[in-house]
Amino acid sequence: MPNEISIIEPVFYLFSGVATLAALGVITSRNPVYSVLFLVLAFFSSACIWLLLEAEFLAITLVLVYVGAVMVLFLFVVMMLDINLAKLRSGFASYLPVGILVAIAMAAQLFILIWARGAGSQVLEYGDSDVSNTRMLGEWLYTQYLYPFEIAGFILLVAIVAAISLTHRRRPETKYQDPSRQVRVTRDERVRLVKMDAEED
Amino acid sequence: MLTLAHFLTLGAILFSIGVAGIFLNRKNIIILLMSIELLLLAVNMNFVAFSRFLDNMDGQVFVFFILTVAAAEAAIGLAILVVLFRNRQTINVEDIEELKG
Repeated sequence: MPNEISIIEPVFYLFSGVATLAALGVITSRNPVYSVLFLVLAFFSSACIWLLLEAEFLAITLVLVYVGAVMVLFLFVVMMLDINLAKLRSGFASYLPVGILVAIAMAAQLFILIWARGAGSQVLEYGDSDVSNTRMLGEWLYTQYLYPFEIAGFILLVAIVAAISLTHRRRPETKYQDPSRQVRVTRDERVRLVKMDAEED
Repeated sequence: MLTLAHFLTLGAILFSIGVAGIFLNRKNIIILLMSIELLLLAVNMNFVAFSRFLDNMDGQVFVFFILTVAAAEAAIGLAILVVLFRNRQTINVEDIEELKG
């Protein structure tokens, strides 16, 4: 269907333009909160482009996990820290020429490589595939990549433990139970026998 | 018509912007972390594009693992950042120089 194909291109250019502008916003905006919000926009546009590439599961994962969890974590930390923005941006103008130079040189090299190697001859086509992307990814993950998958889960566990143990601090006024001290307690510490005379009614 | 080169070009642009971000904001650790996220996003874009055009799921599985490790990295990096700010009241890279010889 030619009509369906022709709408793909404007959609691609729209989302990639938004992603590029958002990425520029991330590195140039004065306020880190705006940077995080621009990064959210970049991730969201990229997820839309991944949908064009029929990688539905990863696109949804990017939005849910990355925008929903990691970027909110970033936003949380940025808003929690009270930082002096003017001092942090003091070197921005002096690094600008060399930064732009390196970025443009790198981008030019990559463009030459991409277009010289004939990647422009492979056209995106949509076939009638009734296989779900999620199902295919799941089949690969749980068969051939089962061992790396388990290791990834373990890495996440290590990250949780590391993040909590790094930021956890015990305040002196908080009340908590110490099971080892509870077990070690003896009768003498708790029971006190008081001698007194019997009383009459 | 869209070709593989379009998606690779987008990945290259995002990657270059991420590298420029590391150069421009080299005093602010938070923006540095965000630039690294941009670099990872660009690499993931290439992986997904190649996976689609080579008709091979390996690339998408790899993106899955990159997302996992990047989430872990962001969590630990931000935890270190919070501890650093609590102890030093700064996130300026130039103020963190105790290990300098």
